[in-house]
Amino acid sequence: MSEQGPNVILRTSPHLRVSPPVHVIMRNVVWALLPVCAFSIYQFGISVLGLIVTCVASCILTEHVICRLSGRDSAVKDWSAVITGILLALCLPPGFPYWMAAVAGFVGIGVGKMFFGGLGFNVMNPALVGRAFAQASFTVPITTWVPSMVPDRFTQFIPSSITLPFLKPNSVTEWLGQVAPDGFTGATPLAVMKFDHVQSIPTMDLFVGTSAGSAGETSALLILLCGLYLVFRKMMDWRITASILLTAGGISGILYMVNPAVYPDPLFTLCTGGLMLGAVFMATDMVASPVTPLGVWIYGALIGTITVVIRFWGGLNEGVMYAILLGNAFSPLIAMITQPRIYGARKAKGAA
Amino acid sequence: MSGLAKLLDPAHWFRSTFSHGIHPAENKHFTANKPIRRLPFPPELVLPLSQHAGAPSQLIVHPGQEVVRGEPIAKAGGFVSVPLHAPATGMIKGVELMPTARGPKTPCVILKVYPGDSQEVRFYQERDVDKMTPQEIMQAVQDSGLVGLGGAAFPTHVKLSPPKDHKVHTVLINGCECEPFLTTDHRVMIEMAEYLIRGTQIFMKALGAKKAIIGTEDNKLDAVEALQAKLPADGSITVKAVKTKYPQGAEKMLAKALTGLEIPSGNFPSSVGLAVFNVSSTAEIGELLPLSRGVIERVVTITGPGIEHPGNYMVPIGTPLRFILNQLGFSGQARHLIMGGPMMGGTVSSLDVPVTKGCGGILVLTEEDTKDQISRATYPCISCAKCVEACPMHLNPSQLGKLAYKHRYDEMSGDYHLMDCFECGCCSFVCPSNIPLVQYFRIAKSSLREKAMREKAKAS
Repeated sequence: MSEQGPNVILRTSPHLRVSPPVHVIMRNVVWALLPVCAFSIYQFGISVLGLIVTCVASCILTEHVICRLSGRDSAVKDWSAVITGILLALCLPPGFPYWMAAVAGFVGIGVGKMFFGGLGFNVMNPALVGRAFAQASFTVPITTWVPSMVPDRFTQFIPSSITLPFLKPNSVTEWLGQVAPDGFTGATPLAVMKFDHVQSIPTMDLFVGTSAGSAGETSALLILLCGLYLVFRKMMDWRITASILLTAGGISGILYMVNPAVYPDPLFTLCTGGLMLGAVFMATDMVASPVTPLGVWIYGALIGTITVVIRFWGGLNEGVMYAILLGNAFSPLIAMITQPRIYGARKAKGAA
Repeated sequence: MSGLAKLLDPAHWFRSTFSHGIHPAENKHFTANKPIRRLPFPPELVLPLSQHAGAPSQLIVHPGQEVVRGEPIAKAGGFVSVPLHAPATGMIKGVELMPTARGPKTPCVILKVYPGDSQEVRFYQERDVDKMTPQEIMQAVQDSGLVGLGGAAFPTHVKLSPPKDHKVHTVLINGCECEPFLTTDHRVMIEMAEYLIRGTQIFMKALGAKKAIIGTEDNKLDAVEALQAKLPADGSITVKAVKTKYPQGAEKMLAKALTGLEIPSGNFPSSVGLAVFNVSSTAEIGELLPLSRGVIERVVTITGPGIEHPGNYMVPIGTPLRFILNQLGFSGQARHLIMGGPMMGGTVSSLDVPVTKGCGGILVLTEEDTKDQISRATYPCISCAKCVEACPMHLNPSQLGKLAYKHRYDEMSGDYHLMDCFECGCCSFVCPSNIPLVQYFRIAKSSLREKAMREKAKAS
């Protein structure tokens, strides 16, 4: 050995780290979302494929350009924009015009994420910010539903999808007449339930997912399975999902027992609309949820409650989106008031 | 024991532990079954005058003086300080500023070892410890120069004189050794069980405690067996295996696992009637006190993929790293030298750094092992809460890290209990964003300490 010291590395402890880095976690969330995407494409055809591609491209491009404009390295390599894009696409109606989806992606990433400083600093889930923007701006297309399993769905786009930018969406009435001659009401099971108090589709079908609805929210079963993968890889906080589902199911169960004529049974509540997608993939967004152990249960309960309240007594038939956005807004407060009791904490003065 | 075997072992389910913590790869197989062997004496020993927490020792020999092995060469520089003994027979060359594992250069006694000497310990005097009073035992422990050999290097005798209103009822002997790679305490428990029991009894006597529990993790069940065979018949000392989890060896975590008691924030263990000693320290006392000897050597695990002959070695205090590594086949490719374990140990910048009393392990990693650790990208905190789940003190490292980033140190200590952090490294270990949380906290703490000192100086 030479007299001179070796070329040693000086670092501070701990010298070991194990966790998969952020981009690996994000990439795994994308893997977990792919089966949901595939099922959605199988159900609604190439229109949804186009929708997913549009949203993802819009999100990545927005993030990249804003990073460059603000003089930073592009952050797209962390895969988080891809998740936002996929989630946004999955919570839009299958026939949603592409240009509107692109605008929603731009707003979601731009306003919902980059304005706050990018990954880790966003207050709310960017995909839902984009969805909320679309809900407020494009009221008709976002409530225009199409039937699933249309025969020529793999060869033909839904007419409204390929609307030229900044134009009113093409009408789907004529197309609907062709593909569903026996009459398609254009309403989701939730809407039917809300306004007519009738369950239009058996709960089992809702669970497996063969009904009308947003692109990726129809199969509760598949979403749960994909979520389980993430829980197994320890990349998702199952407590949030559990808390939301328990609260939403619990409240609706109580109401169902009180008046089964008006309120749906709890399983219907859990399997319809965006609740499952929201509870598994959106509310669990790490950045916008509290970090404290008690906090995540409160956060989930808040989302579950608001969802049911909006669904049963609000003006809309679906409330998951606003429930999660509100939950996100409350999460710093929840985290603040639920700081864990530290080891060896002394009793509060006066109590001792 | 592998993870699966543990899951299937009912005895493991019922073992106590603390909440939170992590499971790093143990990597103890390199050295766990290697008996303690001696290393030869180096030509020169480097003995820092400050190897412990507290005031530095004061030199009582002069350059050119000949000393015999075991002779005191420096006296305690106050109550929170210990003397220093010559680890070998030789000649004092002088006092020089030398690099140490703590970082800055500090005054060190250079001792030239006589190569022809038999290196017997001739400086000792037998005495009957059973006839000593607690006060005499405490003085004898200080005279032996013993400090916490688990790594903190806090003078042991200070723990033997708890505040007057604290009554110690149980002595806890810490044999957890939760740091990956290290097997020092493991081997001490197996090979020095008798000394360990003797030391435990001495501590119990000094503190007037009726009970003692030796706690170890359940990856060292062979040590439990070895100790059980040597336990006194009166049942005052018991051995308890707890779950293998990092940082079980932290005294607060051990107190929780063995007794269910929590040591209150900012207080000594004695405030809840406990005193915690490391097994190596305890075994040293059992060996040294009856002979009135001082600490002159210690067991060090020298391990890691970057070294040819890993093992547990009895190393004279003051042996420079360079000598040890040359003896044990240092591949030269190693670029990462850690004194202590991989979770809390520090990297060394120079091979002239000596082994001190608090050094229980030397870990040599090659470039291959560290590549993955160093090339990691750092991301912003994504609030995944993994650190909150890992922190054994139940702090909120995520929030602390965000505040540290903005230099809001007062808020960190005031609202988020920064000062309760003992830098175990669990938060950094699990952080997917690779944020250097522990380092942030160290900076915050030292900055707050400096500020407090400035204010104190201004007030006086």
